[in-house]
Amino acid sequence: MSDTVLMPARRRLLRENPSVTWFLLALGVFTLVISVLSEGLGVGLVSTSMVKILGMTLCLCLIAVAMDVVWGYCGILSLGHFAFFGLGGYAIGMWLMYARTEIVISDSLARGTIPPTELELSEAVAAQIFGVVGTSELPLIWTFAGSLPFQLAMVVLVPGLLALVFGWLAFRSRVTGVYLSILTQAMTLALALYLFQNDTGLRGNNGLSGLQNIPGLLHVPQAVLSVWFLWASAFALGAGYLLFAWVVSGKFGSVIRAIRDNEARVRFLGYNVEGYKLFVFTLTAVVSGIAGALYYPQAGIINPAELAPIASIYLAVWVAIGGRGRLYGAVIGAAGVSLLSSWLTGGGAPNIDLGFYRILWTEWWQVLLGLGFVLVTLFAPKGIGGLFDYLVRKR
Amino acid sequence: MRMMFRAAYLAVLVALSTPLAAQTPLQDVLQAHQGAVANPSRGTVGQVLAALLAAEPPGTAEFLRLWQEREVVEEPGSGLFYYTRAEGRALVLIDIDTGAEGPEVTTRDVNQIRPNAGVRRDIGAALVRFGLTASDPARRLAALEAIGRSPDPEQIPLLAESIIDEPDARIRVRKERVLDLLNARFATDTATRVDAIEGLSGDISTEARRALNQILQTTPGVGETLPEGSNIARIRVPGTDMAVNSAYDELAGAGLAPVRPGRNAIRDALRGNVSDGAVGGVPLHRLSAPEARLEAYAGLQAAGLVTPLVTEAEIRATVDAHVFFDAYTEPDQAVTDAARAALDSTGTRIKAFQFLGITLDALSLASIFFLAAIGLAITFGVMRVINMAHGEFIMMGAYTGYVVQTFIPDYTASLIVALPLAFAVTFGAGVAMERLVIRHLYTRPLETLLATFGISIALQQLAKNIFGTQARPLTAPDWLAGAISINDIVSISTIRVAIFVLALMFLAMLLFILLRTRLGLEVRAVTQNPGMAASMGINPDKINMLTFGLGSGIAGVAGVAIGLYAQVTSEMGSAYIVQSFMTVVVGGVGNVWGTLAGAGLIGFLQKGIEWFNPSNTLAAQTYMVLFIILFIQFRPKGIIALKGRAAGD
Amino acid sequence: MQTLLEMSGVSVTFDGFRAINNLSIAVGEPELRAVIGPNGAGKTTFMDIVTGKTRPDSGRVVFGERQVDLLKMSESQIARAGIGRKFQKPTVFDEQSVRDNLAMALKNRRGPLSVLMWKAGERDRARIEALAEEIGLLARLEDRAGDLSHGQKQWLEIGMLLAQDPRLLLVDEPAAGMTPAEREHTTDLLKRAAQTRAVMVIEHDMEFIRRLDCRVTVLHEGSVLAEGSLDHVTKNQQVIDVYLGR
Repeated sequence: MSDTVLMPARRRLLRENPSVTWFLLALGVFTLVISVLSEGLGVGLVSTSMVKILGMTLCLCLIAVAMDVVWGYCGILSLGHFAFFGLGGYAIGMWLMYARTEIVISDSLARGTIPPTELELSEAVAAQIFGVVGTSELPLIWTFAGSLPFQLAMVVLVPGLLALVFGWLAFRSRVTGVYLSILTQAMTLALALYLFQNDTGLRGNNGLSGLQNIPGLLHVPQAVLSVWFLWASAFALGAGYLLFAWVVSGKFGSVIRAIRDNEARVRFLGYNVEGYKLFVFTLTAVVSGIAGALYYPQAGIINPAELAPIASIYLAVWVAIGGRGRLYGAVIGAAGVSLLSSWLTGGGAPNIDLGFYRILWTEWWQVLLGLGFVLVTLFAPKGIGGLFDYLVRKR
Repeated sequence: MRMMFRAAYLAVLVALSTPLAAQTPLQDVLQAHQGAVANPSRGTVGQVLAALLAAEPPGTAEFLRLWQEREVVEEPGSGLFYYTRAEGRALVLIDIDTGAEGPEVTTRDVNQIRPNAGVRRDIGAALVRFGLTASDPARRLAALEAIGRSPDPEQIPLLAESIIDEPDARIRVRKERVLDLLNARFATDTATRVDAIEGLSGDISTEARRALNQILQTTPGVGETLPEGSNIARIRVPGTDMAVNSAYDELAGAGLAPVRPGRNAIRDALRGNVSDGAVGGVPLHRLSAPEARLEAYAGLQAAGLVTPLVTEAEIRATVDAHVFFDAYTEPDQAVTDAARAALDSTGTRIKAFQFLGITLDALSLASIFFLAAIGLAITFGVMRVINMAHGEFIMMGAYTGYVVQTFIPDYTASLIVALPLAFAVTFGAGVAMERLVIRHLYTRPLETLLATFGISIALQQLAKNIFGTQARPLTAPDWLAGAISINDIVSISTIRVAIFVLALMFLAMLLFILLRTRLGLEVRAVTQNPGMAASMGINPDKINMLTFGLGSGIAGVAGVAIGLYAQVTSEMGSAYIVQSFMTVVVGGVGNVWGTLAGAGLIGFLQKGIEWFNPSNTLAAQTYMVLFIILFIQFRPKGIIALKGRAAGD
Repeated sequence: MQTLLEMSGVSVTFDGFRAINNLSIAVGEPELRAVIGPNGAGKTTFMDIVTGKTRPDSGRVVFGERQVDLLKMSESQIARAGIGRKFQKPTVFDEQSVRDNLAMALKNRRGPLSVLMWKAGERDRARIEALAEEIGLLARLEDRAGDLSHGQKQWLEIGMLLAQDPRLLLVDEPAAGMTPAEREHTTDLLKRAAQTRAVMVIEHDMEFIRRLDCRVTVLHEGSVLAEGSLDHVTKNQQVIDVYLGR
């Protein structure tokens, strides 16, 4: 009994969460197998677009894990984490788009009789990027878009600061429960509406596109790039999983779970509940931003519709189906539902002919998902992860 | 436009004259002056016109118009007059009184009556006078409208003359206003014009404002000094009112200065003069620096190959030597001053009316929010249940309306059927949802949010599967289709007024149910203390079910109302759900008045923001949501909050 | 014995209902004090005010030698200043083990970062075990708190209070729903705690209060009706009237 207390932090973490070891192992094997089967580096059994889908799914798993920590462990049903995901995507997308356009434009201008001035170059880049929204001026927020370190910092800082300010305001005035959910949804809505405007400097509903072309790596074929991104996504998911497993274990995890179960009581124990919530909210927002920054270069395009409140609700659906309060549950939910969804709506599944009626998966999948979700909420509130617990305990 | 108006004008005249058919027929009056009609001259046309105006036979106006346009013919044998219609090469004669078609003739069989220019002018004046002095007031008003839309200096004396004998006070006022409009623009002496302009001061009608704005039209000008005798509207100072460079370009455009080669012109000139890897002595690779480009251009200029560069100092000096101004096209300063003053005073009134217009808009928006949110407020307030499928109940109501319309073609009847049916359908759906799902989740409010969201996506997709993705029409009956306009600025569509009325009815009905009925008493009891209510013999299960049904039913009715002015699509519900939640939360939960206050606040706020930034509805919505987020910081319990132990935290 | 908590002239109104009316009360350190009164006398509201849950309309509440103003502090600051509270209903964290419950309450740094980096040291471990022994739950340290019996939960909560090492302990109906044997254990616990700190107990059960053998404050309609030994206050005619509802 006493050695539990004296155990070094790392061993204790892995012992308290045996799923962490298993998960990291599975993730490593998965990545290796896909790499070997890929078109870019392996035998070519898995297509490049499939590798991209899998890499994107890993990013979705990462944000789902973050969502699980903020909701499943800390009890904050945030309907805004996909907004942070999108902001991360926009931050990296600005660099991808600017730097690549700059390369293309300076190539074509250099072929003219006289070399371009810097002013001409930046004007041409701006005209190329913002022509679709009827302006040729570079908005102020794009001033440092050509700098990768700056935009990488933005990937972390923009979602982080937004979460910090919003969270501080919301938690300070003790908005909780359903109210907080609606408030986060309002935040997401405001952000999406803001981005939908043409004059806010992010190309309105056109969004940012061509993000799959990585400046500096334009000579690398997409087949190879897709595997590199798979690795990066797998690494991010592994690191994020480990980070969150550490955060939710030990006394910190104890405190945030206590906040979830009885916030007032934790306050009377002398803990500054608002500080803890803010910490968790901001940390998960930053991780969501990083996940988004890895996701959108694989998706190739980002637009404000991605940030719509509905996306964040789907995120909650994944986590709920997978099982709240257990990190692997979030991964199962996100990977399972999003892969199943893209398989069924992508026309991959055979339609069922009943003779008198043809069930088209593209039409009925959403209905099934919705009803399935109701059933999970009613009869399996712990989700698929809860099923595992049940089986393990039975044995 | 002009033609369209004429057609309408004549239609009005003809329509109005039909009941008076018992009078002397037109043909008889004309036959009395046969020679003067057939061969009109300035000397004889007067008597014909006088006779026509005195007798006012039906169809006079149309006859005058066609006579003036040389479309009346004389049948030489009988001497009768006809209108004609071309039928291939032939002409069909049309009786001028009955409109009956006669035999086909060739152009040689009839004499076309060709009044000369002077006569035609007289006929035109008579046409106006005829309208202005007609015995039927509606025709007089129509004639005034005609003048207002196509004003002409020659109408002034006719109008002035007709005012003297005008019996109807209302029309007299209108005539005076139109006379002012004419005088303001066309009168020959300054005093009359200024007088007329002052009469237009504060008139917010578009015709008055258009007349004044026409007087105030300006054209830009430039010169070394201000031109003598021109009526200057304002002086444009380079550097403050306009950029110095564009001032210079204006001078160059007017031929008062040499053209200035800009950045692009310099580049193009350099491009055109490359020789041996250099331009003007500067090697090509250096030309990415702006200074090097100027240097190269100077080289070309020295060789006389390009238009000379104009230096900043030269630009400044040239611009300083000139004066830039806007001049009125109207030369008389007294007139323009009066017009400016009149327009300014009109401006203030317009602002006031626009404010009224915005207020009406905001009211109608608020009533839509109220309708959309009140059902939610009931379920959320009484049961603390978040119903994410509320928006889909709105959609269900709208589709119910659409389906009813496909069965009942009469729009009014179908609306009368659709409203209660939509209530019934969504009431049933709500009760079913409460029984099957929500009942099991009362202890887990956050999970009702998720479960009802699942229902929401399923319902949305079901609607898509059944009705397709394109928008379905839900047509309002004619009596709801128009708009009520108070003046040229303020108007509101009837449907919005109807929605406002509907919202008021619902407010009254809900207050009645909650405060005056047994059900309301039990609902309030369950809200305040479910345990105690149960021990008093109230069945909370039944109350919850009915409450949920009521809230859902109202959403269905709101759906019909919203569908009447917006598109019915499977996604229409999701457009209202977030706004509805915010309305409930901002207003304060568990209180009908709170929802009313929330809807009012959000509606007025959104319109208020649009007032400052009218071009951008998206921005208005963004700022509104931001405001709501901040608002909830300071009043987390909403505008009308329950206090103390009843608040239940 | 010096004054630890001093409340003077405090009033609170809920929607026109005056829950606390010009209440003045003082507690010394160490002291065991019982607070009794009929329903609605303002006993729980009094605790709410001291612990920062409810803000009074007027009055003054100061704590400790440095006379810190409790009305300007948040709940968590008040708890860190040394005031612990046990609620009427046992509120322990059912999902977590007894050890985790106690570890959370241990007097340690409470900031998110220091908690994130916290590792249980030898001293913490010993303290947890000592506390568990005192509340009779040593054998159940690793069990879920939700699996404990009602009385054990009450003790766990008292144990968590003691782990906070507060100078003032506010205990709301500790004996509710306990067996006679459990009550005895609880009395002992409270009496022992009161040897080094101030303990205020709200209780309805006169027998329990008699066993505590301490000074008693009677609240009625939001203010102090009588104060003194239990025998003294039960002889007071006003107290008798209030309790018999005359």
